[in-house]
Amino acid sequence: MLIISKIHSLLAILMIQMPSPGDIELPLPLAESDLKLFLVILFLAHILFVNLMVGGSLLAVIFEIIGLSNPKYDALGKSVSRTITVNKSLAVVLGVGPLLCISLAYTIHFYSANALTGYGWIAVVPLVTLAFLLAYVHKYSWDRWTGDDKRAHIMVGIGAALLFLCVPFIFLTNINLMLFPADWVNVKGFFSSLRVGNVFPRFFHFLTASLAITGLFLTWWFGRKKFPVEESLPGFTRPGLRRLFYRLVFYLTLAQLIFGPMLLFTLPAEGITAVMLIVIFSGVAIVIALLIALSREIDAADTSIGKSFVLVALLLTTVVLAMGTGRHLYREGALAYHKTIVTNQTDTFHSIVVATQMRLAAGLGAGDALATGPTGESVFRNCAACHAVDKVLAAPPLTDIYSIYKGDPQGIVAWARAPGKKRPEFTQMPSFAHLGDEQLELVAEYMLQKGSGASQTTSGADSGS
Amino acid sequence: MDFPPFFIDFFGNRLLIAVIAIIHVFINHAFAVGAYPLVTFMEWRAFRKKDPASDELAYKITFVLFVVTTSLGALTGVGIWFSTSLIAPFAIGSLLRVFFWAWFIEWLVFITEVVLIVLYFLLWKRWREGILKKLHIALGVLLSVFSWFTMVIIVAILGFMMGSGKWPADQSFFSAIFNPIYLPQLAFRTAYAMGIAGLCVWFLLFFFTEKGSLLRQRAVRFVSVWMLAWVIPFIAASIWYYHTIPANMLANLGVAMLTQKFMQWHQTLAIIMAVTIGVIIVVAAIGAIKPKLIPSVLLIVPFALGLWLLGHFERVREFIRKPYVIADYMYSNGVKLDELPVFQRDGVLTYANYVTNHRVTADNMVAAGRDVWVVTCSRCHTTRGINSMMTKFTNLYGNDPWDKDAMIAFIHSMHMTRTYMPPFPGSDKEAEALVAYLMQMQVDHKFILGAQNDWTVKPTPATQQPTGP
Repeated sequence: MLIISKIHSLLAILMIQMPSPGDIELPLPLAESDLKLFLVILFLAHILFVNLMVGGSLLAVIFEIIGLSNPKYDALGKSVSRTITVNKSLAVVLGVGPLLCISLAYTIHFYSANALTGYGWIAVVPLVTLAFLLAYVHKYSWDRWTGDDKRAHIMVGIGAALLFLCVPFIFLTNINLMLFPADWVNVKGFFSSLRVGNVFPRFFHFLTASLAITGLFLTWWFGRKKFPVEESLPGFTRPGLRRLFYRLVFYLTLAQLIFGPMLLFTLPAEGITAVMLIVIFSGVAIVIALLIALSREIDAADTSIGKSFVLVALLLTTVVLAMGTGRHLYREGALAYHKTIVTNQTDTFHSIVVATQMRLAAGLGAGDALATGPTGESVFRNCAACHAVDKVLAAPPLTDIYSIYKGDPQGIVAWARAPGKKRPEFTQMPSFAHLGDEQLELVAEYMLQKGSGASQTTSGADSGS
Repeated sequence: MDFPPFFIDFFGNRLLIAVIAIIHVFINHAFAVGAYPLVTFMEWRAFRKKDPASDELAYKITFVLFVVTTSLGALTGVGIWFSTSLIAPFAIGSLLRVFFWAWFIEWLVFITEVVLIVLYFLLWKRWREGILKKLHIALGVLLSVFSWFTMVIIVAILGFMMGSGKWPADQSFFSAIFNPIYLPQLAFRTAYAMGIAGLCVWFLLFFFTEKGSLLRQRAVRFVSVWMLAWVIPFIAASIWYYHTIPANMLANLGVAMLTQKFMQWHQTLAIIMAVTIGVIIVVAAIGAIKPKLIPSVLLIVPFALGLWLLGHFERVREFIRKPYVIADYMYSNGVKLDELPVFQRDGVLTYANYVTNHRVTADNMVAAGRDVWVVTCSRCHTTRGINSMMTKFTNLYGNDPWDKDAMIAFIHSMHMTRTYMPPFPGSDKEAEALVAYLMQMQVDHKFILGAQNDWTVKPTPATQQPTGP
């Protein structure tokens, strides 16, 4: 925790300028918490089919390549490729729901990240279209492009699989970038945004998960009584296929024990909270149970393999739910501070608009331009959530601050630029370097004046509109 | 309205949305809404007449529909979301808040539609006989209904952008949905989709039938009769729509410049509508009577006309909503009507995050003008590309060095003469800076890079302070 707070203050120094846009004013169509619940659930439904699409297209072409030397795998690859048509279509249509929700719940953050990675973002449309068309060609030409054409057929499969890999990568880059508003000003296009946060560990984690979930799906798919294993896949037996895919799931899940921590330890500290860690580690505990269940299934006799499928699937679902929730909690944590800035800005601007409209309605004209700029009082709105005049809110009151910094406003400025952590009873103060020295000086003077008791009429806490 | 400005100088933001949207609308109307009922009808007829060859033909056509609608069709639909979220996040973000439930239902309908498309195609060869075949045809009917439902919902939103009716006053969901242009537009699009789908299927069947074969003749005749059947609804819907628009226009604006420009387009629209309907009647009549007479090349004529009609229709539709992106609520540059006096008084840069200058001074006129340009003009205009500012001002003032005072006067009053333009949302100082930048551009032009490229900003929180009444 000490390290985290060190990183925090280091980040605070780096956080020189953070955009602070106002949000769209119209009310949300449903409660924000419901929206976020929708988002998490709909996203998990979407990502399930994305996993099957990505994992399916990769496995189909891998089996096809193995099939060059061991022909029975060619038929297996073909059977896998038949599942992609439906899964990929569902992946796209189910993506619209979470897209709606995220656009509403995180309008500023999501759309800003989209714009900053603009060409990459819009490239999703032609890339997915092409991927779909290649997937159709790959599927429907499997029996026709044989002999000399087999190589071309494999290339089409590889092409589709690579495109299917590109698209989640672009999405991930966006979802990652939206979490770090402080970095937005430094981003110059899609590729430069890859330096923000930890895109690559997240991607490896996703890729491994895709293959594992597809493995489990195929365990069920080929394990069904209705699937004619003997006719369609000569050389395979139903228990053999179940074992094959169970093994795949087992080793990939084992690999997640490396990729998972890699992802967690490379996450920027902003969003890490105790609750999020608890949720993630509960997920990890279930992973251990999952591994045990899987190994039992793999070791089971041919007659009984597959009996615990439901248990395995339930355990995996729980893991996915835990990781999805952890992911959401991280996002909430990472954006908490910036969201208060945005809300503040929205409210302030709204009050200006309302006041102006009232003047106009009263026939007073719009009034004079804002020539004076910010005042100590207006800047203090950024602080009033935690600091009151003589009450302890989430931080020391102004009277306290006055006793420390009396006659030294620059001391407050320096602290606000890069706050340390002195008092164990309060949480770490975020940096306010983004306000700029001019505003920090104004607010420092204002705080000292308030803290000295020179004017008791207004307390900062109620000055927000 | 404060988002990093995605911007494609030269190509233009508008064209990016237009290209994606036109491809989508065409696939949606011709392939999904129109063609699925047509092939279902074909299948039903083949079943009743015990005609396996026609059934096979309908299946092959469905394969093409399946591939196109589930790839390019679905993706360009999502692509409209993507492109608008880049170019007009303030508009799509606001529309989402008003129409969330409409879009949410639309999404459920869309999922159902895609599932039905997949089922309809994949089960064709499995559900062949007796009751299963009947079920398969029922699946086709259901698919047709759901395809049309997606249109039913989305047209409400398109209509809303053109005329928001009572919504600005009561902000209720139902006022928004049942805006004045909704039903006529829905009727027009439906009839159009059915008619143009006939042409599409006609095209496709040339690939799957042999020249001079009886199968081809039968199919051509069938499709021709289908098209003829939709001519009357199409004419009726066209007239209804054509007459609703000016009424709405007059209610909204009706000022000289806009009306003139609109009237020209409106008349062109009438001519294309008439010619398209005429050509479709002729081609379909020949197809119905003498199916052999129509070679595939000739079909390109009504097809191209249909495309042109749709393109022009969408263009007029987009034009009508100007200067708003949401009628009577938000201008196309993202400025809300109630924010306008604030920006005009305090300056738009004062509140902008993604600019390098927040205040116009004597030393930064050109640079601040460039910022003003990006914030207020770049959603619709380019510097020197498509729909460029240079062209507009060259048309107005010629090639000689421009006159500063005249341009400043123009900036302040352009919305009075060109009513499709929003009023300039900036202070007097900013208008001056904008003109300084434009004049600089006349002699030394540099393209502007968007947020997705290389991009310099100096975000400082807006210097805001409520001015009490």
